[in-house]
Amino acid sequence: MNENNGQNGHIKKMMIILSKAGLENVYAAFVLANGARMEGIDAEVFFTFFGLDVIHKKKLNHLHIATVGNPSMNMPTLIGGLPGMEALATRMMKKEMEKVDMPEVPEFIEILKASGVKLWACKLAMDMFHYEKKDMYDDIDGILTVGDFYKKSEGTGVHMLFI
Amino acid sequence: MIAGKTIAVNEEGYLINFSQWDRTIGEELAKEASINLTPSHWNLINYIQGEYKKEIPLTIRRIGKSGVVDIKGLYQLFPMAPLKTATKIAGVPKPASCI
Repeated sequence: MNENNGQNGHIKKMMIILSKAGLENVYAAFVLANGARMEGIDAEVFFTFFGLDVIHKKKLNHLHIATVGNPSMNMPTLIGGLPGMEALATRMMKKEMEKVDMPEVPEFIEILKASGVKLWACKLAMDMFHYEKKDMYDDIDGILTVGDFYKKSEGTGVHMLFI
Repeated sequence: MIAGKTIAVNEEGYLINFSQWDRTIGEELAKEASINLTPSHWNLINYIQGEYKKEIPLTIRRIGKSGVVDIKGLYQLFPMAPLKTATKIAGVPKPASCI
């Protein structure tokens, strides 16, 4: 089990790019990153575009599920766009998540960090949104260019995933 | 055969019947996983077995809140696949949760 060297199709590291801040996307990325670590696989998450909100100090506590443009909500777009609908859907989803012991986003980030997951902010998106390092969650591992990110993805058994 | 006893295990090496587990079997399984068991390991193994007896499903979050070990500590005790390794040594089924 400890001979996970990326040969024979073994996954050695997951590089997950999170470009959205809807809870449904954030949880997909976080469950995959945590699940990788639980299997002895390394994991790194690169937050870009709206995904940056997830590691933005003032925003990470206020993430919502998308009710508009989300076909699985079974909700007409007009209704999904009404004030309060996102909050309602988010509340309902959080209740269900608590039942399966799914942590909320701030706690989940702490779990990922404690598990050894690396968290990277995208430099270009940081510049575009005028975010500074001090705006971001204190424990992120750094701010990277795309080139830096590719560099960190080198090697056998490394898989990349865009969410 | 584990520690001189005939023990039923599944295809992944997990004990099928927890009642067949004893400390020497735990030690043998730890050796196979290249884990050197310390008192901290045993504390966690005892906790996992206690939860199993109470039929409470294991998650990383619950372990972190158990007071036995924090998540960082868990990965230090069992660096590769912590819950899978710890449950195998503890003689209980592999956790079925995704978190």
